[in-house]
Amino acid sequence: MTRWLEAIDRHVPVVFPLPAILLVGSLALYPIAYTLVISTRNYDLGLSNYSVAGLANYAKVLSSSQFWSAFLRTFLFTGLSVVVSTTLGMVMAVILNRDFRGARWARTAFLLPMVATPVATSLVWMMMFNPTLGVLNYLLQLVGLPPSLWVADPQLVIASIVLVDVWHSSPFAMIVLLAGLRSLPREPIESAMIDGATRLQIFRLITLPMLKPVLVVVLIFRTIDALKAFDIIWVITAGGPGTSSETLYVYAYNQAFKYLDLGYGSAVIVIFAAIVAGVTAAWVKAREREWT
Amino acid sequence: MAEMPNAPVYYGSRAGRVADAALFYGCLAALLLFFLFPLAWMVLTSLKTNVQAMAYPPLWVFAPTIKNYIDVFANNPFFQYMVNSTIVAVSAVGVSLLLGLPAAYSMARYRQTKLGLTILVVKILPGIVYLVPLFVIYRQLGLINTLWGVALAHIIVVLPLVIWIMVGFFEDIPRELEEAALIDGCTRAGIFLRIVLPLSKPGIVAATILGFIASWNNFIFALILGGKNTVTLPMAVYSFVSFEDVNWGGLTAAATVITLPILALSLVVQKHLAGGLTIGAVKG
Repeated sequence: MTRWLEAIDRHVPVVFPLPAILLVGSLALYPIAYTLVISTRNYDLGLSNYSVAGLANYAKVLSSSQFWSAFLRTFLFTGLSVVVSTTLGMVMAVILNRDFRGARWARTAFLLPMVATPVATSLVWMMMFNPTLGVLNYLLQLVGLPPSLWVADPQLVIASIVLVDVWHSSPFAMIVLLAGLRSLPREPIESAMIDGATRLQIFRLITLPMLKPVLVVVLIFRTIDALKAFDIIWVITAGGPGTSSETLYVYAYNQAFKYLDLGYGSAVIVIFAAIVAGVTAAWVKAREREWT
Repeated sequence: MAEMPNAPVYYGSRAGRVADAALFYGCLAALLLFFLFPLAWMVLTSLKTNVQAMAYPPLWVFAPTIKNYIDVFANNPFFQYMVNSTIVAVSAVGVSLLLGLPAAYSMARYRQTKLGLTILVVKILPGIVYLVPLFVIYRQLGLINTLWGVALAHIIVVLPLVIWIMVGFFEDIPRELEEAALIDGCTRAGIFLRIVLPLSKPGIVAATILGFIASWNNFIFALILGGKNTVTLPMAVYSFVSFEDVNWGGLTAAATVITLPILALSLVVQKHLAGGLTIGAVKG
């Protein structure tokens, strides 16, 4: 027994991470490799075939106009969602950084949309979007605006889903940016105030540049998250109307698990994963360049 | 975060201060309205009869009824679904803590950046990357439509999250403390168990809760790997849309039942929650 403990003690850097690494290896790393293999096979559960396909699936994906539409749509969705949620999160952080009665309660209240189950809240949004009976059109009408079809309108469906994603994810941007604001040194801001700078000048010229490292981290996290958005889109529109909200994730899901074309679906999944990894790496590189 | 210094007070003219306060509270009210309205509307609708729920213009004042909640539990084995979600989340989080805590400690202490990067990649990649092979393997092993299969798959989501949060916490524990204990004849495993873990309690609480939420809210793993025997709460609520006549009262009651435990949990531990979310991000 003691010999065992001694052995563990001598090899902590191996023994401690080993079980986790083995589990991650078999549950995640092995499936990644397996997905790569399947992506080079003709493997359709409906046809129950299995044969080597080489890179044929990839060629098919890259010549599919539906794939490229989904590709562009994913970046449109991601761009809108990241910009709006980070901006809104910044406004919330600046507000909560002030001292007022109930500040703690307000911060907690803002956190709720982030932790609430996305499937459940998406269904609530779907109900609110309802063109004839939904509360959103009622509110529009109250302030004298024309009703909207929201997610039923192919032109508006992406914007509507961005609205839901912004609702879900701005609190995350807020909480990280707020922690960033709280960690800034006070002296530069205080001396600018004494010099008579306005709030806006202070924010633009002093706070924002100092906050930039944290801001970039928020942008990276939000980009990864938005690229991977699935639950809200699947529940609210399932990619519709038609294919007007079909992002890469939805397209990959449909190919692999709706049409059960695992070979082609896997090729889409590999390309999708490479995009997520590539965009993340590009962000991290840009951040490092900024640093040194 | 509460102990941090507050933002400096702004010294302006009196009129400027009044305008400033008006703008400030106006923005705050608008933001609170936007972020709380959908949740409030969910609870409000769940207390209406189905006729009231579908009324237009929408009803704001009405005699509340709990009939929808009774129906949700009477017409569906909703209690079983709660048990399913709890079994999956508790076992995924349990295994993740058991394996993730020592792994994170080793990664933080011995600067195993390659291992850390591997975990990060698993965390960043979309869940569907793992699902085609898991689907194929699960079908062969008969794990499809079993709770253990779903719980096992949830570890892919929870374990990297736990490690990611805990590496940040462990890095903050002063080495001197451990070195002193080592000189006193404490074993390395003993240091981890008796010194490092007790000092990391806030981090462990944060990792546990965030891991629990991630599993509880997870949809796609159960959607693909699950079936009749593994209906977790998100799947149960999702099935409400597939009915021909949408029942808004029942739908919102179900949505409230699934969301409420998470919201309550978050309110209780909100301080730890914020800490866990920001540790990885702000340290970068």
